[in-house]
Amino acid sequence: MSEHVIAWKTYLWVWLALMALMAITAFLSTVDLGQWNTPVALAIGVVKALLVVFFFMHVRYESQKMIWAVVVAGVVWLFIMMGLTMTDMLTRTWTGVPGH
Amino acid sequence: MHGSTEVVAGHALEHHFADMGQQRAAATLGMWVFLITEVLFFGGMITAYLVYRVAFYDAWKVGSEHMEFWKGTINTVLLLCSSFTMVLAVWASQVGKKNLLVLFLCITMLFGIGFEAVKGVEYYNHFREGSVPGQFWHLDIEGADVPHVQLFFVIYFVITGFHALHLAIGIGILGVLAFQAWKGKFTPYYNNPIEITGLYWHFVDIVWIFLYPLLYLISRKHT
Amino acid sequence: MATVAAPAVERENYLNTDYGIRSWLLTVDHKRIAILYLISITFMFFIGGFFATMIRLELLTPAGDLMSSDTYNKMFTMHGVTMVWWFLIPSIPAVLGNFLVPLMVGAKDMAFPKINLASWYLFMISAGLLLYVMLTGGIDTGWTFYVPFSTSYSNSHVIAAGVAVFINGFSTIFTGLNFVVTIHRMRAPGMTWSRLPLFLWSNYANAVIMLLATPVLAIVLVLVALERAFGIGFFTPQLGGDPLLFQHLFWFYSHPAVYIMILPSMGVVSEVVSTFCRKRIFGYAFVALASIAIAVLGFLVWAHHMFVSGMSAYAAMVFSLLSYCVAVPSAIKVFNWTSTMYKGSISMATPMLYAMGFIGLFTMGGLTGLFVAALGVDVHVTDTYFIVAHFHYILVGGAVMGYMAGIHFWWPKITGRMYSEVWGKIAAGVIFIGFNLTFFPQFVLGYLGMPRRYHAYPPEFQVLNTLSTAGASILAVGYLLPLLYLLFSLKYGEVATDNPWGATGLEWRTTSPPPTANFEESPVVTWEAYDYSSIPEVPVAR
Repeated sequence: MSEHVIAWKTYLWVWLALMALMAITAFLSTVDLGQWNTPVALAIGVVKALLVVFFFMHVRYESQKMIWAVVVAGVVWLFIMMGLTMTDMLTRTWTGVPGH
Repeated sequence: MHGSTEVVAGHALEHHFADMGQQRAAATLGMWVFLITEVLFFGGMITAYLVYRVAFYDAWKVGSEHMEFWKGTINTVLLLCSSFTMVLAVWASQVGKKNLLVLFLCITMLFGIGFEAVKGVEYYNHFREGSVPGQFWHLDIEGADVPHVQLFFVIYFVITGFHALHLAIGIGILGVLAFQAWKGKFTPYYNNPIEITGLYWHFVDIVWIFLYPLLYLISRKHT
Repeated sequence: MATVAAPAVERENYLNTDYGIRSWLLTVDHKRIAILYLISITFMFFIGGFFATMIRLELLTPAGDLMSSDTYNKMFTMHGVTMVWWFLIPSIPAVLGNFLVPLMVGAKDMAFPKINLASWYLFMISAGLLLYVMLTGGIDTGWTFYVPFSTSYSNSHVIAAGVAVFINGFSTIFTGLNFVVTIHRMRAPGMTWSRLPLFLWSNYANAVIMLLATPVLAIVLVLVALERAFGIGFFTPQLGGDPLLFQHLFWFYSHPAVYIMILPSMGVVSEVVSTFCRKRIFGYAFVALASIAIAVLGFLVWAHHMFVSGMSAYAAMVFSLLSYCVAVPSAIKVFNWTSTMYKGSISMATPMLYAMGFIGLFTMGGLTGLFVAALGVDVHVTDTYFIVAHFHYILVGGAVMGYMAGIHFWWPKITGRMYSEVWGKIAAGVIFIGFNLTFFPQFVLGYLGMPRRYHAYPPEFQVLNTLSTAGASILAVGYLLPLLYLLFSLKYGEVATDNPWGATGLEWRTTSPPPTANFEESPVVTWEAYDYSSIPEVPVAR
């Protein structure tokens, strides 16, 4: 089967990158960035996840375009669920309670 | 049909597929589609986490302060390394190196077992300190936040519990694959089970990549 | 097209290829799995019908005199739970979809035949657990399992029922997974996406919904079970939890679930209308894309079930607007079906009668959905019989009629026999009359203010309730008739030809019933969908 074989060294570099990002995340959590701590930590998490998805899970070399659609759909649906739920949670107090 | 020419390493083409390429593509797509259902499954818990975190941020900080930072960090390292050895196992199967394949599968299992062991110790410590919600709760924190901190721990145990369950299932599957690999079942022509198990394993790793900052890194005070 | 085979020598097909219980219970043939599902869901349909009978008997009189209010709560709960998860959701996908998807794409089987069989076993295990729940006291929370009643106050088998639904959900996910991979990867040469029958477009969109929505139901049921079992406050206000979080997570699944229940029926209607008007569906691309649009938009509207729950009024406006948008693709389909009928060569065969019933009744149900998508109206009619009538028009007048259309349309292909057309038409008529008599009065009742889920009501509502119960008894007769004449046809029905309706799908280009491998030779598709020029005209209406 002609399956794209990626050099193991590529995986090594990705792993080293993941370890480095891991160390950065751990270190940054001890630094006070105010409200930016969480977004930064999550952003680094996203980068790590993308590295795993594109390289370890072969999505970068994937011949089935459908799989890209599956990955994107998963993320989009997650945001639909969280986002639209938060429209309720965040705006519930906008309407005051009568009499108060 | 059954007269298909592709009988590879003792494994025949399944009767309903036209060729190995179609079988492989279908199995890979099938695993990805299954993973998307897992994204939504964990996503429901993440939504609950998000809703309560926005509402009760202070309680979330208190909860996170009671997480064991170093154990969480070690666990993250273990899983990232396990993903590395997993993909090396896939590589080994692609280039036909049977012994390396078995070795990497076993190392991946060991990393996974290590994660579960650390998690087990963490759970036990939570039990001892009284942060298991429900009838065993006796965590020592001040007053009004207690109900909301319990919510944090409910989510913590549910999410990490399901994650650990998925990991355990993965370890089991890896065990079966390692045995089959040792018996010579996989070749460069037939290694799809290794690949799709790898996809599952990486997904479990990605879940943890997000759980780590969400659960352990909210507050900067690390115990 | 083959002529009718002489009865003396029966060709080998998937039914007679192997006898014995093991060949059925261990089958991986998608056609046999479809039959297993057919038997199971028919049984569950009559269980759900039993609970409906109890409801309508109680509501014959204004006083709550047939059963206590607690028992009545169990009746409508069990009716809803059984019908939604053990009949409607699996009906067309697990029976007709399982049978037809590989045939329609020109494949020998589904992509994952063993997972297909596992799906049926999960269904049966979950059904067994549900029956256990019913026989040991049932549940009374409503099919919607709202907290905090389900977690803190109900004295019924909430956890066991939740587990049953959880397992049933996996059955659904496995079916959806098979459909997506089969349609993507196992199409015969020449079967491009634009040549797919619209039944496949609908079932594909439906499978996507099943895969994306069901896991969220799974997790929310787990959380309810944990809260109930361990007394941990998750949705409980005293512990800081939000009951509306449950509703968000529950309806994130359950609104798309209603599209799971209707999309496959729409696919059936497309096939039936095209065949019995002998005309390509008007606006094929629009109908195909409308299925996808329904699947996507259906995920954006869930909180319209929560308008009076105390949710944010601003978010409610957003969801109301989105709910109006989701009606558009359904309307496009209705316009396209009717345009297909215009100047078509129409035959009033039984499947076509059901399909036309679908178009009319689904439209009524759908339009009343727009009424309740309006915030102001919904405040007035929510939790009344208006809502009950609205969703029964869609689910019974729509989805079940579509299912009946499909069963009759493909019956010759599945069984190799023709049913009695006379009895088919009689049953369709009885069902149509019974249905409208049952549910139209409920629109009026709801608008006048009769609440749902109450076992007693003010005496001024009795006439309409009596009409509704009378209608229900007629409807029951209507549903029993097909059970009888379809079973009768298995032994005494006229032997069917390969293509008794003169239809164009790939499934009609193999024998009735098909051989186990579906086709003598793997097909190569060189014609467009609904190309009637290559099919000889067949006299159909009898």
